[in-house]
Amino acid sequence: MQRVQRVLLHVRKPYRDTTPWGAICKFVRTKPLGAAGAAIIVLMALTAVCADLIAPYDVYEINQQLQFTPPSLAHWLGTDEFGRDVLSRIIYGARIALFIGLVSSFLGATGGAVIGVLSAYLGGKTDLWIQRLMDILLAFPLLVLALAIVSVLGRSIPNLIVAIAIPVIPRTARIVRSSALSAKENVYVEAARAVGSSHLRVMWCHIVPNVMSPFLIILTAQLGSAILTEASLSFLGLGTAEPTPSWGLMLSGGAPMYAEKAPWLAIFPGLAISLAVFGFNLFGDSLRDALDPKLRHRT
Amino acid sequence: MWQYIVKRLLLMLPTLIGAALVVFLLMHVVPGDIALLILGGDQGGDINPQELVRLRTQLGLNRPLYVQFLSWLWRVVHLNFGTSLWTGTSVLGEIMIRLPLSLEVAIAATVVSTLIAIPLGTIAAIRQDTWIDYVVRVVSIGGLAIPSFWAGILIILWLVIYFDWTPPLEFVSLFRHPWENVAQLVWPIMSVGYRYAAVTTRMTRSTVLEVMREDYVRTALAKGLRERAVVVKHALKNAILPVITIIGTEFAFLIGGLVVTETVFTLNGIGRFMVDAIAHRDIPVVQTLVLLIACVFVVVNLMVDLLYAWLDPRISYR
Repeated sequence: MQRVQRVLLHVRKPYRDTTPWGAICKFVRTKPLGAAGAAIIVLMALTAVCADLIAPYDVYEINQQLQFTPPSLAHWLGTDEFGRDVLSRIIYGARIALFIGLVSSFLGATGGAVIGVLSAYLGGKTDLWIQRLMDILLAFPLLVLALAIVSVLGRSIPNLIVAIAIPVIPRTARIVRSSALSAKENVYVEAARAVGSSHLRVMWCHIVPNVMSPFLIILTAQLGSAILTEASLSFLGLGTAEPTPSWGLMLSGGAPMYAEKAPWLAIFPGLAISLAVFGFNLFGDSLRDALDPKLRHRT
Repeated sequence: MWQYIVKRLLLMLPTLIGAALVVFLLMHVVPGDIALLILGGDQGGDINPQELVRLRTQLGLNRPLYVQFLSWLWRVVHLNFGTSLWTGTSVLGEIMIRLPLSLEVAIAATVVSTLIAIPLGTIAAIRQDTWIDYVVRVVSIGGLAIPSFWAGILIILWLVIYFDWTPPLEFVSLFRHPWENVAQLVWPIMSVGYRYAAVTTRMTRSTVLEVMREDYVRTALAKGLRERAVVVKHALKNAILPVITIIGTEFAFLIGGLVVTETVFTLNGIGRFMVDAIAHRDIPVVQTLVLLIACVFVVVNLMVDLLYAWLDPRISYR
């Protein structure tokens, strides 16, 4: 036993020596695009956390006198049809987008991972039925699902999170299942069962660590698209409701109608969405390359 | 080969019926029905309960669920798709008004995106980690990041300001007024095409990267073939299969999935029709549309599989 540990220590040594700072420097050097993405994400997270400190105006304050003020020193990005400050609404919008994006991707990916691991581990008929169910979910148009959820449960942020999270489940379940299937064939799984580990213990200690990297990859890849879906659903009137400062919602109401008179209403919220999704996708791509190049086209 | 096609088409039936059944049940779980909506009850107005019952009987909504579903299925077998509960017109007629537009946008956007994506993705892969690769990756990730409705709004804004453009009021057919038709649809096609080019470019890049590391590519290069020949004849031909799958899936999605683009460009297409029908709880329309979209999906998948066998002789179907 001690010899095994000595060998392991020896093998792991090069990795142990790298400090977190060193790892970051290496990431920036080898994956400049990924680092740029990470910088955008950090910036967005800081904006969301410090929204109360940096937003110059109240996002809900309606002032008809200030209607459609073009960008100026007082209102950097102008005001909307109710005289609300666009910059402040975009800053608070980062909070909404990040919250919905994180929670829905995490719920969807975790739910999918649990189903995927169970499906692969239990195998047989259970596996077959779970997979058919996932197929039906996959074939179902996302929009029909979102419409149904919104009309049953009503327009609110938790319902929106459910509508975004559900389509993530079958995708994650499929990929995690295929990783778990190969992990299950390892001799150490059989050995663990033979020495009397419970099924739960085997799944948690021997299968789950093996599916962590596809799980992380899907999670980051999903973050960007969750933000995009939130914006699209809000734009179609199926997501957040006024007066929530959500980016998609800012583009839906007055923006296209008054676009000619007040183009800043149409330009800046869209820029915020694109930048956020761009950052998450850049980072997710590099993470995927770094963690598991073989997974490139399965997600 | 023909046997295989017939078998696949027969296997398609349970999928289609399953999809229709799921939608049917889902539409009944959603609160409110079309009778309530016709009588204006959604806004909280007063409804005469007798009139509600009469309307429900007239529309056949008071029958047991399985009777409703089976009678719908029986009519579909006779190619009778029924009439819309909302407008009272034939469902098939309503779809035929909108299908040419959706089909044209889907085909043109797929062609545009493929023409952009395959060369760009290939160049990015064979010049990996050079400035070309970075530019292609940034442009394609950008294509995925820009919401299609925002791109649409910006394009319209630009057209309105600089060209005094007004959104089209009525769709004109490609065959009757080709020029006007192109002028109407070129911008939606471009904005959709760019987005899907981004997806296909990324796929092409990653599969070509993988194939370029294969032994036969190294052999071909080593025996002195020009890079161009190696890339086109050896690498691309092998890398193209997954790319075709993704192009096919996208095309199937484009038929009914363009709600956002159709909303922005005020186009009267299948996606918009579907959303309106769901909002009105117009079950015959929703079910027929789901059948149509599922059909396109299955047929495109079959065509992709047949194309596989043609491109790669090792794959055969029995």
